[in-house]
Amino acid sequence: MYEQIAFYLFSVLTIGLFLVTVLTKNILYAMTSLAGGMVFISGFFFLLEADFLGVVQLIVYVGAVMALYAFAMMFFDATRDIKENTTSNYLVFFLGGMIALMLVIIFIAPIMGDNIQSMYPPIEGAGNAQSVGLVLFTKYLVPFEVAALMLLVAMISGIILAGKKMDNSLTTQEDIIIEKEEIIK
Amino acid sequence: MIGLSHYLVLSGLVFSVGLVGVLRRRNLLMLFFATEIMLNAANIAFAAVSYYYNDLTGQMFAFFIIAVAASEVAVGLGLLIVLYKKFGTLNLDDLASMKG
Repeated sequence: MYEQIAFYLFSVLTIGLFLVTVLTKNILYAMTSLAGGMVFISGFFFLLEADFLGVVQLIVYVGAVMALYAFAMMFFDATRDIKENTTSNYLVFFLGGMIALMLVIIFIAPIMGDNIQSMYPPIEGAGNAQSVGLVLFTKYLVPFEVAALMLLVAMISGIILAGKKMDNSLTTQEDIIIEKEEIIK
Repeated sequence: MIGLSHYLVLSGLVFSVGLVGVLRRRNLLMLFFATEIMLNAANIAFAAVSYYYNDLTGQMFAFFIIAVAASEVAVGLGLLIVLYKKFGTLNLDDLASMKG
């Protein structure tokens, strides 16, 4: 009973917050609603007894990724509304709705899953974090190390790309230009 | 009773929301937000399959998706900052340098 209430509540809130992210004009609203949606998605993970995945989702997505976006906001002008010429909104919503309908029809079809056997079932008597660690560090050790290397490369490239000409701020330059234009007028 | 189909349908709906964002937005930062939404939809589906088939492989793939998403954001935001320094805008229509 509680599971159903939680599921439907989280689904409505997640889809609503993500719709706000997709449809709003303000970047700050988009970012905060995206962070809220991520929190509710971690709620799904806790419902699915994937505790460690839920905690990782909270730490990495809501913590690290959102903090990175918030830092990047300082480079872009976040307070101004975005001006976009969105052409043919109806076509986009029609295509999105059709794809949503198609996915729903595919997913509510009965699943032929009788001959699917689980390769790594959760270990008896161990918690979720323990069994995840056992599988991750035995069967998935090489992908894990490759992921670590990928994160290192991403970190170095992020530092190099963003670190050039760090000493002059972009937004203050823009403000100075705007002020000069106003003085000329 | 909440079954696997419920979670898969939810994942499909969240994915479609992200897809509408990718199709509709012209700002590069908003495109990044929409890709995050789509990656999260895949994560929900993986966790649900992992729970209902009693197999930890789905959670492993979700972990790797989170790692890929984190590095994608790091590199992508660096590129966006370089673009913004060069052109002063993140609007895709203004960034179009080739006419065709």
